[in-house]
Amino acid sequence: MTRRYRPSNRPALMLWLAASLLPLTPSTALDSALIQTLRKVGQEGQGNIEATAAWQKLAETAPTDLPALLAGMNGANPLAQNWLRAAVETIASRAQASNSLPTEDLITFIKDTSGDASPRLLAFELLLQHAPAKAKELTPSLLHDPAAELRLYPVADWITKAKDLQQKGDKTAAIAAYQEALSGARDEEQINTLAKGLRDLGQTVDLPRHFGFLMNWHLIAPFTNADRAGFDTVFPPEQAIDLKASYPGKGTDAKWLPFQSKDDYGMIDFNEPFTMLKEVTGYAYTEFNAAEASSAEIRLGCKNGWKVWLNGELLFGRDEYHRGMKLDQYKLPCQLKQGKNTLLVKCCQNEQTEQWTVEWRFQLRICDSTGTAILPQQP
Amino acid sequence: MKAFTHLCLGFSLISLSLPAADWSQFRGPQSSGVSADNTALPSELKPAWNAELPGRGLSCPIVVGDKVFVTAASGNEQTTLHVLCFSATDGTKLWERTMRATGRTMSHKKTNVAAPTPCSDGQRVFAYFSSNDLLAYDLNGNLLWLRGLMLDYPNASNSLGMASSPVVIDDTLVVQSENDSQSIALGIDVQTGVNRWLMERPKAANWTSAVILGDIVALQSSKGLTGIHPRTGEVRWDYTDGASTIPSAAISQDTIFVPSNGITALQPDDRSTSQLWRAEKLKPGTASPLVLGDSIYVVNSAGVLVKANLKDGQEAWKLRLKGPFSGSPVASGQNLFIVSEQGDLQVIDPSSATEGKVVQTLPLDDTILSTPAIANGALFVRSDSKLWKLN
Repeated sequence: MTRRYRPSNRPALMLWLAASLLPLTPSTALDSALIQTLRKVGQEGQGNIEATAAWQKLAETAPTDLPALLAGMNGANPLAQNWLRAAVETIASRAQASNSLPTEDLITFIKDTSGDASPRLLAFELLLQHAPAKAKELTPSLLHDPAAELRLYPVADWITKAKDLQQKGDKTAAIAAYQEALSGARDEEQINTLAKGLRDLGQTVDLPRHFGFLMNWHLIAPFTNADRAGFDTVFPPEQAIDLKASYPGKGTDAKWLPFQSKDDYGMIDFNEPFTMLKEVTGYAYTEFNAAEASSAEIRLGCKNGWKVWLNGELLFGRDEYHRGMKLDQYKLPCQLKQGKNTLLVKCCQNEQTEQWTVEWRFQLRICDSTGTAILPQQP
Repeated sequence: MKAFTHLCLGFSLISLSLPAADWSQFRGPQSSGVSADNTALPSELKPAWNAELPGRGLSCPIVVGDKVFVTAASGNEQTTLHVLCFSATDGTKLWERTMRATGRTMSHKKTNVAAPTPCSDGQRVFAYFSSNDLLAYDLNGNLLWLRGLMLDYPNASNSLGMASSPVVIDDTLVVQSENDSQSIALGIDVQTGVNRWLMERPKAANWTSAVILGDIVALQSSKGLTGIHPRTGEVRWDYTDGASTIPSAAISQDTIFVPSNGITALQPDDRSTSQLWRAEKLKPGTASPLVLGDSIYVVNSAGVLVKANLKDGQEAWKLRLKGPFSGSPVASGQNLFIVSEQGDLQVIDPSSATEGKVVQTLPLDDTILSTPAIANGALFVRSDSKLWKLN
């Protein structure tokens, strides 16, 4: 089926678009108008024509305007950030030729942690490229930076230091270095390295707590997923949660069972209580007691068809099967309310019979936008 | 007759917009894999230069005039997308632009976010990534427009990674974002980046790329091959006997050779296709088939090059190459050129003796999962870490 282009009205970029009209600081009058034009780009190419003209003018501005352009990225939608990024890079490459990159202004911009991660990371990358000594000088201060990607650099330095100490046999100092690195680490690969280093030195590492995996759930299965129709079928758990109820399922009654993950990476495995079934649908339910209302991200890894509801609201769903799974595969922005929050995950297994299609599981954690775990408050 | 007129008109429009020597998209002119250069590459190639790349990629270089364009992705999560431009003459990096991926960047370890090959209409370069980011630059690196298709179509992704390369015809860019969930193809205005049309596609992972036959773009999928008018998205014909989701079709004048039940030769007219022949034993592996002269060449999954007659699909000979292969063969003059995953460039003279002959094996000593480009009397190929020119 082909359709002619009709602008969609989905809300994905609307919040960013509203934020894009906020005043910018600092900026010149000229920059502000042009930057605002870029910040208005939206879905399906909306605003591209105006943005193209504005970008050409912005790309010709002086290197001294770089901080204003970087500041213009704050609060902008991801597309607008990329438009502005392209202007910053073009100006910076010109500035490199004339040795006029305002490095001190970039450092000031990076140090202002109230700014968005993306422009601060871009400023740091420019610094790395054009003034590496200054970037190195700044690196240690980024260990607990709000921008997770900026933390990669100091954590890498700490890992090097810890390994060196370990090799020299200074166990106490090595443990301290590993722990310092782990306190800032948000990258899976770095965390794995650190956990191994600490465990090799006899230390305990609570990875589920570090990541914020939810380990305790109630599971119910098997509802049918014949012809993959279960993904769109509304089974009883989507209408009401009654952990004492049972329902007619596929070949047997579907009942709720408590399930506690023992896995370092919080795997919730339907195959454990229900065996390796095919063409089935299961649900997992848990409650999360939040200390305060906050913006958060529910991060999911799953290679089955899935849907996630928070407090009864469907956040997202995806009907892809056995194409791969990883930590933080899907990031679902959400709002936690103070106190009890309910989480329902639908997990569909399909009909494939290959050995690599037996998995029927997911992992889920709650964190902030940097990947820092938000831990539940104990009642 | 009308279809033939369309074909001639289509070819003439394309040939007017780009010099014949350019290699402006995946597998070059009309996605054929055959160089339009008047001068054939030498049978023995030597490295002229190589240039470091900032990240991996399976995308192929394209060449427009004296500029070579290539894409790459870097970072722990492949979130930094690179578009690079080099001088074809000496390998000097003329410009590099980066973007942050706005869509999911997960992929199988073997592939990469920079898997689709960019394309050009001679004035602009269109770079597409598995994250569904679509970027348009002029040849000097000035940003013309950008899209984040996953922001528009949130389930248009494949956790293994996508690889379909876009094609540009006249003033429309045709992009495939085909997967198990929200599977779509789009026609996009090259000047504004705005949709001309959006088409639902079969819900199945698909890594094939479109081919251009005259004024029609043929989209391949697990369901078959669909001919569409690129300006409107109107379906002109639909072959529904299934097709591969990895190797793409080959073309020759008015015939498409689609990896379907082996190889199936189709001759489209205005509203339908006629099957000329089917050769079930001609089974391409990852590499796409190639038509050169009166033969079709297929590299099967065992790394064996099979030559068959273009008129009936009858096998002529088989030649074992040094595989395995992820990239596809290309041709210049009478020779075929293909690079193995281990980086062994092999030059094959298919006219030699009774079963063809490998006339050169040149180890480039790096992982190469992409297809070479041929332009300006040279072959360009990218490895995991470098861009090479050989002549």
